[in-house]
Amino acid sequence: MSTETIDLKTKLVADFYAKEAVINGEATSDFHQKKRAAISTFEELGFPSRKDEEWKYSSVKDLVSASYKFNEPGALSAEDVASLNIPDQNANILYFVNGRYHPEMSQLISSSDKIVISSLQEAYQKDPAMVNKYFGAVDSSGDAFTALNTAFAADGVFIHVPANQVVEHPVILRFISDARQENVGSQPRNIVAVGQNAQVKFAEAFRTIGEQRSFTNVVTEIHMDQDSHVEYYKVQNESNQAYHVGSTEVFMLDKSHFYAATVTLNGEFVRNNLSIRINGEHCEAHMYGLYFPDGTQHVDNHTVADHMKPNSESNELYKGILRDKSKGVFNGKIFVRPDAQKTNAFQSCKNIVLSNEATMNTKPQLEIWADDVKCTHGTTTGQIDEEALFYMRSRGISRPEAMSLLMYAFCADVVSQIKIDSIREYLEGVIAEKLTNN
Amino acid sequence: MLSINELRASIEGKEILKGINLEVKPGEVHAIMGPNGSGKSTLASVLAGREEYEVTGGSVSFNGQDLLELAAEERAAEGVFLAFQYPVEIPGVTTINFLKTAVNEIRKYKGEDPLDAAQFLKMVREKAKLVRMNDSLLKRALNEGFSGGEKKRNEIFQMAVLEPKLSILDETDSGLDIDALRIVAEGVNSLRSPERASIVVTHYQRLLDYIVPDYVHVLYQGRIVKSGTKELAMELEVKGYDWIKEEVEALG
Repeated sequence: MSTETIDLKTKLVADFYAKEAVINGEATSDFHQKKRAAISTFEELGFPSRKDEEWKYSSVKDLVSASYKFNEPGALSAEDVASLNIPDQNANILYFVNGRYHPEMSQLISSSDKIVISSLQEAYQKDPAMVNKYFGAVDSSGDAFTALNTAFAADGVFIHVPANQVVEHPVILRFISDARQENVGSQPRNIVAVGQNAQVKFAEAFRTIGEQRSFTNVVTEIHMDQDSHVEYYKVQNESNQAYHVGSTEVFMLDKSHFYAATVTLNGEFVRNNLSIRINGEHCEAHMYGLYFPDGTQHVDNHTVADHMKPNSESNELYKGILRDKSKGVFNGKIFVRPDAQKTNAFQSCKNIVLSNEATMNTKPQLEIWADDVKCTHGTTTGQIDEEALFYMRSRGISRPEAMSLLMYAFCADVVSQIKIDSIREYLEGVIAEKLTNN
Repeated sequence: MLSINELRASIEGKEILKGINLEVKPGEVHAIMGPNGSGKSTLASVLAGREEYEVTGGSVSFNGQDLLELAAEERAAEGVFLAFQYPVEIPGVTTINFLKTAVNEIRKYKGEDPLDAAQFLKMVREKAKLVRMNDSLLKRALNEGFSGGEKKRNEIFQMAVLEPKLSILDETDSGLDIDALRIVAEGVNSLRSPERASIVVTHYQRLLDYIVPDYVHVLYQGRIVKSGTKELAMELEVKGYDWIKEEVEALG
């Protein structure tokens, strides 16, 4: 309790008002008013503690105990980027360094009548009404991190796919934390608006360079109009000093299809929220997840499938392999509102725990108000099947090779869901390497 | 080839094998019969290297090596193969990928280069034909959703691919209808050669109509209590196991 260190909350709130003082006329805009409301919410809530039901198994004490420099420009050389890059000639690739969009490093190959991509700030300047229509649709009243992100929303990206457009080339957002000099923080806010009958695949990939801490607080809003089709992949391969809190909020209308895969390869503290509001009939929402914590890493996935209308389906499969003293958390909520008759909802979370000191907390949470629905859920946490190991060894496969083959097979049904080839191949490589070091 | 001498083994402190003696020479087929609970499957498991069993006495030499000193995967690489009574389902690993890994791990053990994809596929197709294994099963996850017959056929197929020196068939006939039994037996017979030997563990004589053994041994209460030729199997089929039990008990 040193008087010299100002706590993170106080500092962030002070930063907000300092910034507000210099934006002049902008302060009265709708955009800013939403931010202002959000900072009040954040002030009121403060960072969550473990007394908060949503944060029962995940403590942010470590995260908030440090200070971070936000919005540092970083100084990435072409070589730095090349070392992190997964080349993909067939993708739109957008670079963000410490949360800031870097158009000069980015590669945009789809034509602008198919997809409009710009920083959130730029999009707001060009078309405030358009951005305002979506920005802040997320209810941040109960979540301090989302409120904080909303208060500081500036960078990040605005993607608009006009009605009836099929974007063939995927969009890959690469977020790089440059933590070589000091602790850095970033709060990207991404808004993806997909028009009626339009289709797009996109990915968010998070990396860190450097040994200092990084704190990422990202919020992505995905607004899907009728008959739209979105595939969304989140890949986290950050450092052992990386703290990541992310929320992806999806809004679905009639007959839209959404696919998500969240893969956490590395990171010291990771909390992913994925919430899908299925506000339409005949929708399909698929959620896949995979995580490999080791050391003292902590990976927490909270998901929500909120069925608001009849005749839709949600399907969820999360899998994890835990080692050392790592901790995993899975909380999967399924809401079926009174109107949402004939809902089909499936949820499954399967884990392999390779060490006695690793722990996994799984909590399915179903709240069903409709009476004609099909809901199933199940979680398993166990070790590698010894009988399967012996079977493989009896055919000449060594124990470590058998272990990695079994674990790879365990992951395969999630990895195979990823339809952007360059990302899937990258994951296959990293995962295979991870699993051979038994 | 295989020389078992006074072998004793227990599981969870309970002695199951109480002094087994058996000599198997190249080219021979030995049948091990016996009532349920006599230790037949335990013998097969101990030879294959299942770790739940503790060897408490005796020795097993395989081509001059101390078999009991080798890990399960080393035994396989040296040429011991166990066809499982209950083959394991392994979701996510295709039969073909599993076998490719096995073949190349064994080649690595022997200091040989791995087979390339084309060589491997050619070999696998030939062997699949031999045991009438449908190609489509090879691409499916190992044993997952296979019928009982398909699983057992897959065991024999793996045996054909790995070309072991000593095959141990643990109640391969259990749960098989006569047609499946015939196919499995044909597969085993086609692999018979003067260099290879088999131990066929079975409760019933029926399998031995198709895989004709050179020797038949009766295992009872953890010991081989009677040995003979295939006529002994016929006698057991007619008379059951009770007379063996009586003989053993009379000897006290």
